[in-house]
Amino acid sequence: MKISDVPQDRNLTLQGERKAVYAVDEQGRYRVIASSGWEVEETVTSLAVDHYRELAQNARSAVMHGELAPLAYHLHARRYQVVTLAQATGFFQWQVRRHCRPRVFAQLNKKVLARYADALGMSIQQLQVLPVEK
Amino acid sequence: MTTLIQRTASRSQQDFEHRHAAHCESGVMSSLLRHHGLDISEAMAFGLASAPLFVHLPFVRVEGFPLTAYRAAPGAIIRGLQKTLGVRMRSERFRDPQAAGRRLDTLLDQGQVVGAQASVYWLPYFPPDMRFHFNAHNLLIYGRTGDDYLISDPVAEHTVRCAREHLDKARFARGIFAPRGLLYYPQAMPRQVHLENAVRQALRKTCFLMLRTPWSLIGVGAIRRLAESVRRLADPAQDPRYARLFVSFIVRMQEEIGTGGGGFRFVYASFLQEAGQLLGRSELESAAVAMTAAGDAWRQFALAGARFCQQKAGVGLDQLATAMLECYQREHAVFRQLAAIKT
Repeated sequence: MKISDVPQDRNLTLQGERKAVYAVDEQGRYRVIASSGWEVEETVTSLAVDHYRELAQNARSAVMHGELAPLAYHLHARRYQVVTLAQATGFFQWQVRRHCRPRVFAQLNKKVLARYADALGMSIQQLQVLPVEK
Repeated sequence: MTTLIQRTASRSQQDFEHRHAAHCESGVMSSLLRHHGLDISEAMAFGLASAPLFVHLPFVRVEGFPLTAYRAAPGAIIRGLQKTLGVRMRSERFRDPQAAGRRLDTLLDQGQVVGAQASVYWLPYFPPDMRFHFNAHNLLIYGRTGDDYLISDPVAEHTVRCAREHLDKARFARGIFAPRGLLYYPQAMPRQVHLENAVRQALRKTCFLMLRTPWSLIGVGAIRRLAESVRRLADPAQDPRYARLFVSFIVRMQEEIGTGGGGFRFVYASFLQEAGQLLGRSELESAAVAMTAAGDAWRQFALAGARFCQQKAGVGLDQLATAMLECYQREHAVFRQLAAIKT
C-alpha cells in the first residue's frame, strides 16, 4: 500500500480516533501513517455492532411478552452471546439458556445473579429489570 | 553494516515516550524495549517474534465464528522476543483483583513502566463501536495520579488516562484469553543483540509455521482451506445471513484497529525491509516488496468482502473465494522465497 492509498475515510466507528497503518513512500520505504479509517472497516464493524443491537431488540420484545427474562436482553446489549457469557461466568451454555427463562430467572439466588451482574458490569437490581428504551 | 544493536541506558518513568503502533502486543514490546535502551521498532518486534501467521480453526469459536487469525496467539510476541533477543521478562498473574492493583501500584512507585493485558470491552477510552469482548489487548501503564492510571495504549494516537475501577474490571474480565490481571516488565536486558542471528532464527520459524505445518490448520494451506469453505457458503442450504456475518468477521480480523490493515502483512513487510537494510541483504528487501503485494491482495479481498456484506450486485462468494486464493498464491510464493534465502 502506498502512502497516497492510505484510506482517510473518517470512520464513524473510530469516533475521531486514528489508527497506525504501514505504507510505502515514493522511494518504496515503509512509514507509519495515521489513518482516520477505511470504509471497509466501518462497514464490517457496523455490521457486527448492528447484529448485537438487533439481537438485543428482539430479546427486548420477547422480555416484554414474558417469553424471556431480562438477562436475555442484557446479554446481547453488552455484546455477549450465550457462548461468551457462559465463558465469562463459568456456567454451561445450557445453564445460561435456562436462566434466560422468566420462571427460572425469578428463582435464581443472589450468588448466581451476582456472577451475571459482575460479568455484565451492572448491579443485581439493574440485571432484574429491562432498562427504559433510549 | 550494522549487525549489532547496542543497548543504551534505561530511561526514567518521566521520560517515557508513547509511540503509535499498528498492533498492541508488538507496540507494547517495542515501547518497553526502547524504554530500556534497546531500539527495536514495532515492525522489528513483530518480525523477530515470528508473529505473522495464518490460522483457521473451525472447531474453536470466537464470537460464534471459526477462529481466524492473521497472527500468532496472544502472548507469542512477548515470549518470542525473549528467545530471539535474549530479553528476560517477568510476568505476574493474580487471583485477587485487589492484590493485583496493589502490585501494580508498587511497581509504578518503583519507577517501572508495566505492560498489562486487558479486555477491550471495559476500557472506556476506546470508541464505543470498537468495544467487543476481546480479552487479549495489551497496553502500557507508565504512572498514576490519584485514582487515574496514565496509559500508553499503542493503538491510540496519544496517551490516555483510565480510572482504577475501569482498569481493574478490564484486567479481570473472564472468558477466552482471560488476562487474570497479567502484568509484565523486563527483568534482564541483553547488552547487545546480534541482529543477524535473531533475524535468521525468526525467519526460520515463520517459514516453518507458514509452509511446513501439517493438516492446513495454520500456515498458507489454511488460507486455501478457508477460501474453499467461503465458496461452500454459497450452498443454498446455508443461511445467507450467516455467510454475510462470517465474511464480515474474516474482514474484521484483518482490517480492524490492531492489524495495521492487510492482515498484518504490511507490518511484516516493513520488518523485512528494515532487516534487509540493516543487514545489507537485498533478498530480504525484494521479499518485502512481494509481501507488500500480498497485503494489497488481502485489501482487495477486504474490499470485495465489504461489498458482499452490503449485498452490492456483482460480488458473490465465488469471487471472494477467488480473491482469497490470490492471497494464498502470493503468500505461498513469498514464504517460499523467504525460506530459500541462505542466512
